[in-house]
Amino acid sequence: MREIRRWPAAELAGRIKKREIKAGEAAAAYLEQLRTAEPELNSFITVDEEGAMAQADRIQALVDRGEDAGPLAGVPVAIKDNLCTRGLGTTCASRMLADFVPFYEATAVERLRAAGAVILGKTNMDEFAMGSTSETSAFGPVKNPWNTAHVPGGSSGGSCAAVAAGQSLCALGSDTGGSIRQPSSYCGVVGLKPTYGTVSRWGLVAYASSLDQIGPIARNVEDCALLLQAISGGDRRDSTCLGREDTDFAAGLTEDVRGLRIGIVSDYFDQGLDEQVASAVRRAAGILQRQGALVEETALSLAEYAVPAYYTIACAEASSNLSRFDGVKYGYRAGAQEGLHAMYRRTRTEGFGTEVKRRIVLGSFVLSSGYYEAYYEKALRVKALIVKAFDEALSRFDLLLGPVSPTTAPLLGNTGENPLQMYLSDIYTVSVNLAGLPAISLPCGLDAEGLPIGLQLIGRRFGEQTILRAARAYEKACGGFALSPMAERGQEAAGSEEGRKRDEKSPDGTEGKGGMPA
Amino acid sequence: MAQEITDEMVDSLEILAKLDLSGEERKRVKRDLGQMLDYIGRMNRLDTEGVEPLYHVTSQVNVFREDEEEGSAGREEILAGAPEAMEGCFRVPRTVE
Amino acid sequence: MKKQYETVIGLEVHIELATRTKIFCGCSTAFGSAPNTHVCPVCAGMPGSLPVLNRRVVEYAMAVGLATNCRISPLCRFDRKNYFYPDNPQNYQISQLYLPICRDGHIDIETETGTKSIGIHEIHMEEDAGKLTHDDWAGETNVDFNRSGVPLIEVVSEPDMRSADEVIAYLDKLRLIAQYLGASDCKLQEGSMRADVNLSVRPAGSDVLGTRTEMKNLNSFKAITRAVENERERQIEILEAGGRVVQETRRWDDNKERSYPMRSKEDAKDYRYFPEPDLPPVMISREWIESVKKRQPELRDQKKKRYVSQYGLPAYDADILTSDKKLADLFEETLAYCSNPKKVSNWLMVETIRLAREHGIGIDQVDFSPANLGKLICLQDKGTINGTVAKEIFAVIFADDVDPQKYVEEHGLLAVTDEEAVRRAVVQAMEANPQSVADYLSGKKKAMGFLVGQTMRAMGGRADPALVNRLVSEALDEAAAK
Repeated sequence: MREIRRWPAAELAGRIKKREIKAGEAAAAYLEQLRTAEPELNSFITVDEEGAMAQADRIQALVDRGEDAGPLAGVPVAIKDNLCTRGLGTTCASRMLADFVPFYEATAVERLRAAGAVILGKTNMDEFAMGSTSETSAFGPVKNPWNTAHVPGGSSGGSCAAVAAGQSLCALGSDTGGSIRQPSSYCGVVGLKPTYGTVSRWGLVAYASSLDQIGPIARNVEDCALLLQAISGGDRRDSTCLGREDTDFAAGLTEDVRGLRIGIVSDYFDQGLDEQVASAVRRAAGILQRQGALVEETALSLAEYAVPAYYTIACAEASSNLSRFDGVKYGYRAGAQEGLHAMYRRTRTEGFGTEVKRRIVLGSFVLSSGYYEAYYEKALRVKALIVKAFDEALSRFDLLLGPVSPTTAPLLGNTGENPLQMYLSDIYTVSVNLAGLPAISLPCGLDAEGLPIGLQLIGRRFGEQTILRAARAYEKACGGFALSPMAERGQEAAGSEEGRKRDEKSPDGTEGKGGMPA
Repeated sequence: MAQEITDEMVDSLEILAKLDLSGEERKRVKRDLGQMLDYIGRMNRLDTEGVEPLYHVTSQVNVFREDEEEGSAGREEILAGAPEAMEGCFRVPRTVE
Repeated sequence: MKKQYETVIGLEVHIELATRTKIFCGCSTAFGSAPNTHVCPVCAGMPGSLPVLNRRVVEYAMAVGLATNCRISPLCRFDRKNYFYPDNPQNYQISQLYLPICRDGHIDIETETGTKSIGIHEIHMEEDAGKLTHDDWAGETNVDFNRSGVPLIEVVSEPDMRSADEVIAYLDKLRLIAQYLGASDCKLQEGSMRADVNLSVRPAGSDVLGTRTEMKNLNSFKAITRAVENERERQIEILEAGGRVVQETRRWDDNKERSYPMRSKEDAKDYRYFPEPDLPPVMISREWIESVKKRQPELRDQKKKRYVSQYGLPAYDADILTSDKKLADLFEETLAYCSNPKKVSNWLMVETIRLAREHGIGIDQVDFSPANLGKLICLQDKGTINGTVAKEIFAVIFADDVDPQKYVEEHGLLAVTDEEAVRRAVVQAMEANPQSVADYLSGKKKAMGFLVGQTMRAMGGRADPALVNRLVSEALDEAAAK
């Protein structure tokens, strides 16, 4: 069993297709680890054992008939719970959608299934993807598998923790201001935010439509490329999806970085950056340099305006995107109310958590009459300048390199009361979303406490290929990335407990995993 | 030049965002919103004279569908998650007095 | 002496476009289906759904813009208008505020004092809302999203109108334009054309605009006329009493013939518009505009001219025939079966309009096939039936769209063409009216008409009039020769 969980995606799919092992065995191995680690991590909101085993059986039937079972045949995947899954609860970690079961499916999920992937369940996250710690979930916080006293990051904390703990081989997340890269960094896994428009957003419950992108989370670069390839490409249901044809990310994956020009973003090393993080990131730059890359320092400027512009734009869009949650068509509705507007107000007051309401209020404010120009429109002008600054830097460099986050994973329960501090931890990630660029987070060492540090590589628009190439070179030079210790233990202990069917949690973190943060 | 958040502003935001912000929550909203506005107000230090607001980060234009029926969902599916439904309709507290 | 006031009116007209599918999804726009059966995740505002723009909506909007002399924006965008209401599933409406598709147009209307140009400020595209029905018994409201996402254009005029008559003339002109373009059927009663009236008054001669109100819920031209008069009076009364008009939205109650302010503490009045991030902009090239222009069908004014020049119709006929697209279509289609334009015109202008009025329906609801009218005219031309019978049959065609040939045969209505029978009737008529014969012979030619009439009466109105004429004339000639 433990053996099965060592194989990367391509190898696992290959062995299943060669009938060395059965798709059902792979699914069972991961489900077992999922169950074992779950009480400690709370990385899943819904586990769909029945659906996973059924999909594994379908894949097996294809293999048995000698038909093509797809590039991800039998590969277990976890899906962030803001991606709609047909017939499977999609909560966005909110009380508002605790019972919502879509009858339609996100394009990215549909494509994963078509590629043969087996969906294990839906992962925990910050409510409506608003947060950087996965503590704002109405289903209780997620823990970091490297040290459960720490957060896994957010908002795709459940997806990243699940991959780091070996609960799933890979996962999908969404990244609006760093929500794939930052938790990937905190959990020591590989997470990629694609160029805006690469992956269809159909079925992704919108947080900030102009910034949201779905992306892969994996334990190595090749799996990341494979997954990205499976979910990319045109979709007529998303008008902002570009219909890229250069999506052969896995096949084109080489590790040659000779002559590649990499700029170290010097502004990212200014005040506020943890020294251990700084030195690990510089060390990583050195490794790439030794592989033949041309590495030099460069200024990007404007970094201090990125977070203000980001929060203005993201909250503005969120205030509008989340207005559809009103107790009329689906989701939560507060008990009997006197009149329509009282129903709206109670429903939204009770259905949304503190952080979501905080952002809705800010977003409503910056769009309101008298403030629109000063805040919202100003932010769009700042965004224009940020795009220009990136364009300029990326005309001189193939890639930009820097940290993902100023620190490693903070302790649980530390950020609830000071939102600003939490927002500042997004400083190195948000500008990439504002500029619509692709970027990856790679593990680049551990701090003194044994918590992972992340390295960020930012590419040109449509530059995923280059990012993946450098990432692969780096990965090879360091001899691969280690999963969390939690991924390695637990198998022996796990009994043959009969599988619970579909394990769905109630929105206050049952099973003694602690309630919502204060 | 901290932006002062008055009760009238919070009242108006309650109506716009359809939220009840009272008691402790109101206090917190006033504090957080004030802090956040101070913080994002930092953008004003950056000169954006002559810079056009950037609405879409890709240069994509003219994405259309043709005027062809693609079928609708079943009514049961549409109403499946409704907190209250009757006679094939969603149902809400009366909208007119 | 009482002060004189001038009324200043601008209109916001919503026109539902005649597309097959909704503006942002592939659901049907068909009318009258069971609730929530033309609905999908997009038009029900489900989480994770996204809009994709229907190309034909853009082209219809361009077509109306071109026909109203607007400038077509080379680049236009959609914006979100945020407000909570249950007929609006996303709680925002996708509309256009900052960069509408058309701007700066005008429509010429005919007024008592001649032609007047009414400015069009802009035309923008947007989505319609769902339908609310109130359950008075339970004190609840039902929501149906079949209409949610049906495409609309909103035509915003300049405040250039000064009376209800001008408002009606403008609306009528706009309706005809949209109908002729095939962009909309523009039925006020069914809500496919809706007008909100912005009205203010000011002392005559002033060039400062007064405070305006916006009037909603106007479902007919009559209601609009009444509401304009009523609101004008209301505002003047306020001003005369030394008061101030409040800028507000009012709802017209046609039964009570008065309006009420639509106000609620929960109406935010701050729509927080911002550019729709889910829809890329629409770029309209000169080539695209030209291709829409080329496909533009003949509009009313062109048609009117052509009817005079090509068919030799009097200008009066051409004006009436083109006053409704349906009438013009009937005219042209009937000509395919009958090559006498003036006759076709007469049937449409006189009988068709009379019958429509009698049935209490609008011309647009007239529903008979042009082939049947064409055949009817031919039957009369050939003398198979006479005029009286033709009118009788047309009433049946109008009501039940019957084939006139069959109807005539089945009901024994063929004109009597048997010369002998008619001749006998002529002889009888002359014998019974010797004075008329004498009058004729003494030069009073009019007397012949009387004899023709008497003959027809004797034939029960079914004789071929041409035949009767000929035989009476022959008989009188014979008598003269004696």
